Amino acid sequence: MSDNKGNGLMGWIDARFPATKMWEEHLSKYYAPKNFNFWYFFGSLALLVLVIQIVTGIFLTMQYKPDGDLAFASVEYIMRDVDWGWLIRYLHSTGASAFFVVVYLHMFRALMYGSYQKPRELIWLFGMFIFLALMAEAFMGYLLPWGQMSYWGAQVIISLFGAIPVIGDDITLWIRGDYVISDATLNRFFALHVIAVPLVLLMLVVMHILALHEVGSNNPDGVDIKKNKDENGIPRDGIPFHPYYTVKDIVGVVVFLILFSVVVFFMPEMNGYFLEYANFVPANPFKTPEHIAPVWYFTPFYAILRAVPDKLLGVIAMFAAIAVLFVLPWLDRGKVRSIRYRSGAFKGLLAMFIISFVALGYLGALPSTPGRTLAAQIFTVGYFGYFLGLWVISKNENTRPVPERVTS
Amino acid sequence: MSSDGVDNSRRRFLTAATSVVGGVGVVAAAVPFLSTWKPSARAQSAGAPVEADISKLEPGAQLIVKWRGKPVWIVRRDEDALATLTENEEKLRDPVSDESLQPAYAKNQHRSINPEYLVVIGICTHLGCSPTYRPEITADWMGGFFCPCHGSAFDFAGRVHTGVPAPTNLEIPPHRYVSDSVLLIGEDGEDLA
Repeated sequence: MSDNKGNGLMGWIDARFPATKMWEEHLSKYYAPKNFNFWYFFGSLALLVLVIQIVTGIFLTMQYKPDGDLAFASVEYIMRDVDWGWLIRYLHSTGASAFFVVVYLHMFRALMYGSYQKPRELIWLFGMFIFLALMAEAFMGYLLPWGQMSYWGAQVIISLFGAIPVIGDDITLWIRGDYVISDATLNRFFALHVIAVPLVLLMLVVMHILALHEVGSNNPDGVDIKKNKDENGIPRDGIPFHPYYTVKDIVGVVVFLILFSVVVFFMPEMNGYFLEYANFVPANPFKTPEHIAPVWYFTPFYAILRAVPDKLLGVIAMFAAIAVLFVLPWLDRGKVRSIRYRSGAFKGLLAMFIISFVALGYLGALPSTPGRTLAAQIFTVGYFGYFLGLWVISKNENTRPVPERVTS
Repeated sequence: MSSDGVDNSRRRFLTAATSVVGGVGVVAAAVPFLSTWKPSARAQSAGAPVEADISKLEPGAQLIVKWRGKPVWIVRRDEDALATLTENEEKLRDPVSDESLQPAYAKNQHRSINPEYLVVIGICTHLGCSPTYRPEITADWMGGFFCPCHGSAFDFAGRVHTGVPAPTNLEIPPHRYVSDSVLLIGEDGEDLA
């Protein structure tokens, strides 16, 4: 070991801290498959959005007041009186939606190319915990502006815990810290949103990346590049992450930032999908808004909740919709990873899943009518049908031959 | 670690015992942290039960008290008002209160402990407006409560009419009689048992 270490400042540091070793392990000598395509932008973009959220979030806490009497006015103060405050706030609110856009695309990539399959089960599990933490972060963050939709959205979600038999009412009381959603609830959600959940999130991101670099990245062909190494032990189909993929990802970052800026500067409310109109009215415990809808990224799960007529069963179905994703690596019994070489049945199931997910997201944003409830029930079956169908067809799947090396 | 002459069962026991004691300590240390999330003494006193003196309430009159930030109505129903409750079932969405919120002792036709006094939370189950008391019985109004916001109507027991936006009957809060003339709202005898 010691003979690899150079002289000078880096040599001095490397003898005391593994700086060069880490740089090589995770960037300059991390060999990633050379055939990454469009779908491989979203991991690094999620990291970018995380940084945007942390930086803008820190600056928002310097002006925001987590107090039932002051919160709403302090957000308006940031928007109107603080220099560039509107920009910081819109970056943060748009960043929340952008986070879910890139994470949903990142997860879809994993479904397409079997990136959750053996030996990447733990990468998928850490990723699912990141998704859970992200949902908690978004939900609690949405209460902080203390508008009508903040208040009543939280009311609806917290009352879901009241559906738990026997202890449900005590749990909702414990979460709220009061008999109604109040200053106590706002203050604790603020603490969780700005410190507790972000710490967990950062730790999970580190574990997600460490697990990825331990087993190596999957690719659009689902071929294991470590099976074919040259005389130096370097995969023949691998290229160093830096500079090749750092440069490729910069292209993704530039395109992403262009689209992100269009939203931030020209349509930060996104017609009420990113920032709901009812949230421009201060929270009023005595007046329920006409129509309570969650922000767009929760609507698929909200639609599943409403599709089931019984409150407790609806809550169970909604949580099951997320829980079933955790066991996906064990539901898929297939040996072939990529959609390129999987059966027509797999492609059909994945198409059904995506259509169901998008349709549920659409229905969850609308007020319910008997017709829409029926549609939501059909798409809920489609959502869960993917997992059941995948388990059934993957046992003896009619797959195409997988090539030895990645295709160009 | 040297394994010469080691009594492994003894080592396993000590490891397990240390883990158990440490685990108990962690749980015990978690209790104060988790307890800070319970309603504080201030929140509890703000949400404490309230007393209402009903000795001066005339038949047909309504008394409004505040409990946990919500208006609670106490209505002394006269003979005419009570009579309407037995005849109007086909005009009600949930006449036996199966879909509605109330303590078990108020799940009856008059939705109260004592038929004479109705105790009900005055918040419309539709969108949270506060309905108004309309006791006068006419040919096309059976008497009760009317919500001006979206036209929901309720009878003298807070039961919702059919064909109005409100989905369920008005909510009945937990309550009990401290004496013949004093009501306690927010607490019932069952909590004390």
